[in-house]
Amino acid sequence: MTQPVSGVSAETEAVSLRDARLSYGQRTLWNGLNLDVEPGEFLAVLGPNGSGKTSLLRVLLGTQELTSGTARVVGESPGKGNRRIGYVPQQRAMASGLTLRGTDLVGLGLDGHRWGVGVRGRARRKRVAEALDAVGASEYGNMPVGQLSGGEQQRLRVAQALVGDPDVLLCDEPLLSLDLAHQRTVSELIDRRRREAGTAVLFVTHEINPVLSMVDRVLYLVAGRFRVGTTGEVMNSATLSELYGTRVEVIRVADQIHVAGAHVALCEDEPHHLEHAVGE
Amino acid sequence: MFDFDLTMELLQLDFVRDALLAGAVVGLVAGVLGPLVVTRRMSFAVHGTSELAFTGAAAALLLGVGIGYGALAGAIAAALLLGLLGQRESDRDSVIGAVLAFGLGVGVFLLWLYPGRAQNKFGLLVGQIAAVDTTDLALLTGSAIVVLAVLAVIYRPLLFASVDPDVAVARGVPTGWLAPLFAVLIGVASAMGVQTVGALLVLALLITPAAAACRVTASPLRATLLAVVFAEVAMVGGILLSLAPGVPVSAFVTAIAFAIYVACRLVARWRARESF
Repeated sequence: MTQPVSGVSAETEAVSLRDARLSYGQRTLWNGLNLDVEPGEFLAVLGPNGSGKTSLLRVLLGTQELTSGTARVVGESPGKGNRRIGYVPQQRAMASGLTLRGTDLVGLGLDGHRWGVGVRGRARRKRVAEALDAVGASEYGNMPVGQLSGGEQQRLRVAQALVGDPDVLLCDEPLLSLDLAHQRTVSELIDRRRREAGTAVLFVTHEINPVLSMVDRVLYLVAGRFRVGTTGEVMNSATLSELYGTRVEVIRVADQIHVAGAHVALCEDEPHHLEHAVGE
Repeated sequence: MFDFDLTMELLQLDFVRDALLAGAVVGLVAGVLGPLVVTRRMSFAVHGTSELAFTGAAAALLLGVGIGYGALAGAIAAALLLGLLGQRESDRDSVIGAVLAFGLGVGVFLLWLYPGRAQNKFGLLVGQIAAVDTTDLALLTGSAIVVLAVLAVIYRPLLFASVDPDVAVARGVPTGWLAPLFAVLIGVASAMGVQTVGALLVLALLITPAAAACRVTASPLRATLLAVVFAEVAMVGGILLSLAPGVPVSAFVTAIAFAIYVACRLVARWRARESF
């Protein structure tokens, strides 16, 4: 595991869940979830649609309450607008005519939640410029965001999430609909950040391969059951068969992992759009 | 048609100066709100709100109350109604259509009941800025101050929620009540518009200048400044041009606003070609 370089002290867990349970009415997404994520750790959150991956991020963001149990983000209860958290959403194309430039998007990540018109000082401009530079987006920082490619937009998203210098980075399918080259650049930016600044990363994804080399541990959620462990401990035929309650084959080919099994294949191929509808 | 001497002569009159002042105030508010309305894709909501402001104004006319207050009440009722019924994005379009049609129908009925001059009835639809008196001017200015003050407080989170809703929610922006609050601000601005350019043409002030500005800049701040300039040019210019011929101001206001819009589209197109 990567040692924290700076930021939070080593004793404080970046994210901590104790006996956490989340239910919507009769349906329990997960129960008895204990999880500690250390500073600088890269945790991949996997599972089929509706298994509560996005809901887990919502709990940490403070927009969703746990049914029971406790959650802590850097030692504090989750609250709305927590500045210790950076958030990278699903890549969703921005409207081509949107009146917004990259610098504006990143700036909103810094102070967009605060009241007022926003006085734009030199210090703020410098921080925004540095954040853009760190993801290699300076070149198109002044262009309308709607005219950028999906990969360029997602780089801006990463800069927007990191500009506030967070201790925890929550990513919700950030690579979705990106081509392989951009998947690599975006995930490498996130990986570099946690190595350099000790930022803990919770990375929700339906496809582990693009981040396989970066993942320290995996949280795999399936229909109320879950398993936490290293990639080897979780991503094997025995464990996943037990989680899914049906025969699942995990095949390692070169440096990739493939999960086979009719039920699993169906779920793994689709992102979890449906999950957004739950609880709204 | 545009007799310069006559225009100068008319400009000496108090009621003409009041009209210009009223126009400038409405143009300022419309220009400031416009880019957010365009970004949030609320053109149709603005139209629906202004139709209900018309209904309120018609009721006020019939009851002998100030038209401005009637328009304000109608627009705020519309904003709240649309906010309540149109929570789901999939419903919003049809909800606005249904409410707008009903409101307009009620307004027509109220006008039919009104025994007074036809000029007053017509004025509600196409504007009658020359009829703005000092009480109206005070109401307009007061409304403008309230709208701009509230907007100054909520501007940044509102912009965040408008351009980037997913992350705004994750960052703790209270989108749940910012949206209806903004709808009320638009309602107030629409009511201000009904008194000046009339219910049918509020869009020319709240949408056209901002849509033009958003064509030529991607900076939210610059878009706002440009939208204010465009709205003022259209509004004040429209009033000045209408003085001598005595045409309803909205005819010129819409024409100027549209000309600016077309010019901005051409500039954007020319720029796009240059960059290749």
